[in-house]
Amino acid sequence: MDNQEQSLAAIQDIKRIMERSSRFISLSGWSGIAAGLCALGGAWTAAHYIGVYPVSGPTRQGSTTLLEGILLLVAAATFMAAFLSAFVFTYLRSRKEGVPVWGSSAQRLLFNTAVPLLAGAFVVYRMLELGEYGLIAPSSLIFYGLALVNGSKYTLGEVRYLGYFQLLLGVINLWVPGRGLLFWALGFGVLHIIYGIVMWWKYERK
Amino acid sequence: MKNPIEHLNKVFDSRIRLGIMSALMVNTAINFNELKELIAVTDGNLASHLKSLEENGFIKVQKGFIGRKTNTTYSVTKAGEKAFKQHLDALEQMIKSIN
Repeated sequence: MDNQEQSLAAIQDIKRIMERSSRFISLSGWSGIAAGLCALGGAWTAAHYIGVYPVSGPTRQGSTTLLEGILLLVAAATFMAAFLSAFVFTYLRSRKEGVPVWGSSAQRLLFNTAVPLLAGAFVVYRMLELGEYGLIAPSSLIFYGLALVNGSKYTLGEVRYLGYFQLLLGVINLWVPGRGLLFWALGFGVLHIIYGIVMWWKYERK
Repeated sequence: MKNPIEHLNKVFDSRIRLGIMSALMVNTAINFNELKELIAVTDGNLASHLKSLEENGFIKVQKGFIGRKTNTTYSVTKAGEKAFKQHLDALEQMIKSIN
């Protein structure tokens, strides 16, 4: 009987250490909620400016219009705010759990999500250059979804489902031109918030 | 042969050594500080267990530098991988034999 218990304890130890050392599991649900709120804020601000400066169809040719500049700024600010707030909550959680924030598991996670994201950034940038505005929202959702699916192997497995939903939204958006901002808000805003709440409920609720 | 305990590797008797091997099995290389945080042991304790695993030929040590600081990383050897898998099989047998 004693042997059995010892073997079980040993196996549980092995499993725990293998999990902890290969996956970065300190991603906080609050990070998802915070990033989602930033995205909604960004989408709302963008919608506001689009209302103020209506897109003037044929007059814009090559040169960046004022609206374009504002929207790029809003996008950059939104990304920074979302990234920072997501980082803060995850940092706090990993401190609480005594897991290194910048350990090899975090590095692997970051690298594996950065590869599809970087490729996506080039695609989106080229689309901006070519003026293919209708495809920017769907492709950013699609590349983000791919990044999440790829990164999910190195963090909480649920991230994969968040990725699938982002992909689904992105693909649908390909056939719904002119509704990019709405899909963006749904994907980067609403989905993140739902994901964050679910993860918080599952892992952090005390 | 019916006694599964024979196949349990004495070297992996300690939880710390088992922990080191578990971590190294799923990572190509880990440095000293990460192992320390992962297994939650003191420097001296970890060092002595690493030494014995190394002497058994189960892990290999690579000494390097990051800037001026030494960075020692550890990885599992072929022999270590085999021994660890055998140990896992023996644990499995042990549990099965009781049911």
